[in-house]
Amino acid sequence: MKVFATYNIKGGVGKTSAAVNLAYLAARDGYRVLLWDLDPQGAATFLLRVRPRVKGGGKALIKGTRPLDDAIKATDFDNLDLLPADFTYRNLDLMLDSAKRPTRRLGSLLAPLRAEYDVIFLDCPPSISLLSESVLRAADMLLVPVIPTTLSVNTLDQLTGFLVGLDGHRPGVLAFFSMTDQRKRLHREISQQLPADRSDFAATAIPALSVIEQMSVHRAPVTASAPGSVAARRYRELWQEARERSGLSPAPG
Amino acid sequence: MRNGLLEFVLDGDAAAGNGALSTAAGPRFAWAADGRARTLQRTWLDTFDWRLYRAGLTLEQVSSRGRTELTLTGRDGAVLASAQLPPLQRDGSGRSRWPSLLNALPAGPLTEQLEPVVGVRALAPVARAVSRISNQRVLNGDDKTVARVATDTMSVTFPAAAAVQPRLSVWPLRGYQAQATRLNQLLAAAPGVAESSQSALEAALAAAGRRAGDYSGKIDVRLTAAMPAGDAMAAVLTALLDTLAANVSGTVRDVDTEFLHDLRVAVRRTRSALKLAGDGLPPGLARRFAPEFRWLGALTTPTRDLDVYLLDYPAMAAGLVAATPQELQPFRDYLVRQRAGARRELTRGLRSARFARLTGQWREALAGVPGARGRRLSAARLAATQIARAHQRVISAGGTITDTSPAQHLHDLRKRCKELRYLLEIFGSLYDPAELWQAVRELKDLQNCLGEFQDSEVQRAEIRTFAAQMMTQRMAPAPTLLAMGEIAAGLALRQRRARTQFGDRFRAFASPASQAKIRALTGAAAS
Repeated sequence: MKVFATYNIKGGVGKTSAAVNLAYLAARDGYRVLLWDLDPQGAATFLLRVRPRVKGGGKALIKGTRPLDDAIKATDFDNLDLLPADFTYRNLDLMLDSAKRPTRRLGSLLAPLRAEYDVIFLDCPPSISLLSESVLRAADMLLVPVIPTTLSVNTLDQLTGFLVGLDGHRPGVLAFFSMTDQRKRLHREISQQLPADRSDFAATAIPALSVIEQMSVHRAPVTASAPGSVAARRYRELWQEARERSGLSPAPG
Repeated sequence: MRNGLLEFVLDGDAAAGNGALSTAAGPRFAWAADGRARTLQRTWLDTFDWRLYRAGLTLEQVSSRGRTELTLTGRDGAVLASAQLPPLQRDGSGRSRWPSLLNALPAGPLTEQLEPVVGVRALAPVARAVSRISNQRVLNGDDKTVARVATDTMSVTFPAAAAVQPRLSVWPLRGYQAQATRLNQLLAAAPGVAESSQSALEAALAAAGRRAGDYSGKIDVRLTAAMPAGDAMAAVLTALLDTLAANVSGTVRDVDTEFLHDLRVAVRRTRSALKLAGDGLPPGLARRFAPEFRWLGALTTPTRDLDVYLLDYPAMAAGLVAATPQELQPFRDYLVRQRAGARRELTRGLRSARFARLTGQWREALAGVPGARGRRLSAARLAATQIARAHQRVISAGGTITDTSPAQHLHDLRKRCKELRYLLEIFGSLYDPAELWQAVRELKDLQNCLGEFQDSEVQRAEIRTFAAQMMTQRMAPAPTLLAMGEIAAGLALRQRRARTQFGDRFRAFASPASQAKIRALTGAAAS
């Protein structure tokens, strides 16, 4: 089982779009996939048409009084299940704080799902917190969307610097440019330069396209609703890179 | 309900499925077509004696759009294992042909799960059908799929052509069980829809006029204590003749070794019944047919002996210490060649006019038994008398065996044990199953010990004969003879072990408590 986390300290950078599309593509490849929407805003949950509610809230999950297994919902897509968001997730930090070994809690909650899923995606809220640290411990690979601006790149550096300071398990990092606009000179320059200079950058960039924004209208991954679109093609390329870099073994069957 | 899956049968055609769904969905759910309809070629597989069905397992081969997959499901419909089969080539090669032994299937989790149940038996089609499947999605207010519904219009093509009532399956989605339950309730109440109590296989077989589990090597006859002994014997012997006849084709085609085994057991049971309980039949009948069944038994022996050798061969080869399995290989080649010759004899016999005459006349004679004049004896009385006699014979023969008794004495005792065991099986339906099991337990242990002793003795003697024959035919390199010597030594050890166990096993069988169980069993039914 491989755990991918779409993560960035900043918000509104395309984490959820990436999580939903890459999870869908993994499922379509034949992997058994679970997407956990950890963001209390519940955007991934909304996109997959599931109601953002978990019985007992995040507290029951974190404390273990309700197994993750119980809260999982099938999506409309074969092999893709969702652990929905819940508004109580806004307090996940507090809940983790009162748990034993909080930074390892997420990993231990996911462990029983190892036999059931080949790939897990964690769609994380934007922050750097106890939850983030628990995600970093549980993930095999962070997928970090970066808008090609100087400030966004600085934030990525902050994150990689933080990872260097972590003891024990450290996830791999695959950053990728997101919401790129080729009409903007800065976007063009940064998105051309950085992947050449840094090994943790994907060659694939996800452009800012209205078809991606329309996912919230169609309530489906763009890779499913418009598989012939440029956006879908880019997500496929990105998934290919993520799969190869993570060393994920071929899908069963 | 199987694995949360509920199945319904529809009165009308497939369109009725959509109608029922539309009515049932009502205002609460919407539904939408889910992809294009698919046609599946379905083949259900099992052993001749329904080992999978009896174990609550279903093995189905499904071919669709160029893919062929074998899937094993449990009693609740959950998929336990599956394997994709290579596509069928133009020349007919590539895909597994049925019937097929397990070792002809691709190794993997599927064969690992099948092996303990299927054993040495071949898998063969028990039903074939063509299914046209159309799928619908059932949606909630958010247009989210909460259940999937499949309508299956199935035509059976084997064992007989037949149409099956369309079937509708509701597949709940994870996290949406409540909605699926509600949908099931609505469907169950919809006109022209009824909950199905049968699996697709059972429905296909029923439509074709067959029943799953309709063959078993066991004697499946219900006797009553008061019925005339002749009628009881005729019923049992007819059932044994049915078993014998059912196994002829598989034996001749060499589908698997169990066909011959079951055929031989039916012959041996028949011979024992004629010898020990022939009194219950009209005068002269047993004497007339006994020699012919002796001939039939002898006809089957050489092939079965070689089958046993070949079935044991992998374990024998793996157990070699000094020699290597490669050195033993010429012995296997020799056994295979010998078996081919023995089988030719066997097949000739089973296709002969003598065999056809025996079975035809035997069936005719048995049909005339009910109502024929003979001794007025009840089934229970005949059973009690014969079982008591057979039991006494075992006690007497076993009691004379000492540590220095020759092997032949143990062999004779084994035969007496078999006779007793067959009588208990033949008249088994007269007794309480739990009491019968108790009564047979010590006998079984004793038989296992004697079987181990005698089989080792026979195989050891045979291996010497084989070695001599192989040398004459220049088929025995020295390393092979040495390996065979090691096998013979192993057999001698097994035999010695069995011999040391004999005393305890016989004492347990002959104990007053064990004897009382047999007396109580037959006494209760005869009184």
